[in-house]
Amino acid sequence: MKATPSQTVGPFYGYALPFPGGGDLAPLNDGGGITVHGYVYDGAGDPVPDALLEFWQADPSGDLSGAPGSLRRDPVTGAVIGRHGLDFTGFGRVPTDADGRYALRTLMPGNGYISVCVFARGLLHHLYTRIYFGQDAFLDGLPAHRRETLVAVAEREGFYRFDIHLQGEKETVFLDFG
Amino acid sequence: MTPPLTQADIDGEIADLHKDCDGQEANHPPRDFAPYRSSVLRHPKQPLIMVKEPEAVELTGPVFGVTDVTALDADLTKQHAGEPLGERITVQGRVLDRAGRPVRGQLVEVWQANASGRYPHQRDDHPAPLDPNFTGVGRCLTDDEGRYSFTTIKPGAYPWRNHVNAWRPAHIHFSVFGAAFTQRLVTQMYFPNDPLFAYDPVLQSVTDERARQRLVAAYEHDLSVPEWSLGYRWDIVLDGPAATWMEEGR
Ligand SMILES: [Fe+3]
Repeated sequence: MKATPSQTVGPFYGYALPFPGGGDLAPLNDGGGITVHGYVYDGAGDPVPDALLEFWQADPSGDLSGAPGSLRRDPVTGAVIGRHGLDFTGFGRVPTDADGRYALRTLMPGNGYISVCVFARGLLHHLYTRIYFGQDAFLDGLPAHRRETLVAVAEREGFYRFDIHLQGEKETVFLDFG
Repeated sequence: MTPPLTQADIDGEIADLHKDCDGQEANHPPRDFAPYRSSVLRHPKQPLIMVKEPEAVELTGPVFGVTDVTALDADLTKQHAGEPLGERITVQGRVLDRAGRPVRGQLVEVWQANASGRYPHQRDDHPAPLDPNFTGVGRCLTDDEGRYSFTTIKPGAYPWRNHVNAWRPAHIHFSVFGAAFTQRLVTQMYFPNDPLFAYDPVLQSVTDERARQRLVAAYEHDLSVPEWSLGYRWDIVLDGPAATWMEEGR
């Protein structure tokens, strides 16, 4: 069957898609948590304040089965009550703030990378990329000057910086799965 | 300073780009579509890297369940004390993968302007009234046949400053998850015979006329509820491979 075309997420998703705790994948008090943060930039090098990032990843053992409960609702009031902090759902959703910034608190993925889906006003069809934390055979297959756009920079214990450049000299490598 | 772009400028650009793609099949809009001005600095210029890994994380996807939605989420007319203004509608359809299989138990999210074309969002400050009885956000899980269903009101058209006299045709934003992260889709559903279609660079970014038609819901009289609501049907087909099955030739 022919696919339904993509359309931009537009500027007005902010009251509909983000949810409290969307960037907090790691259960509370779970050891070994990491913070990944950075900016989304456009082709002029300006931060993008209206992008929405989604993350999907394996748990530290490499397990990809995920769990429901990212957007938990109260069955009585219908209010968003957020994650219960017990399951690792593997799913994150973070809008960039007015500075074009995002942050994700999670666990190190067992298979080496976090998958990212980028939506934004101005982007007619989402983009996929990956956050790697070190060497990987997949990276070896990329041109050397572009490889580093997929690797998070370790800042200090447990903190990683990963910027996304939609266009320009430092343009991030984006992926197509066919 | 360059003079502000008129609708005629945009129409000319759209016509040229459509001519370049004449008759070519394309399911999705190109990310580089200049008549939609915000796309100019926000699309990659390097080709995407093809990934052919049977172990790719993206061939699986997040899971959602009954804890993620409540029954009220699918009726956007019941989320406040009073009834929202506007024409009440039922929007129903199926979510399928590209092999035609139903996408079961997955999350469908919608958001939309109110009947006056206004979003309850700081950035939307055009002089149309907010409706205290309408937020315009809904969600549901698809059933075993891949069906979703929403009760809402028909959204209004709204101006958006892409160029002078730019108006978006009435639309409902949809966000859909498939069986895999590769099948993720964010799109917009339009209403049949909207006179604004030809003027809208977002809809016209889909250069293939047949694909554009797939964004337009059908009015379906049997879906209308007597004395209550008008019915629209809109099926969604998700692109992209998944790990649970292999397509022919893959
Ligand atoms: Fe809209």
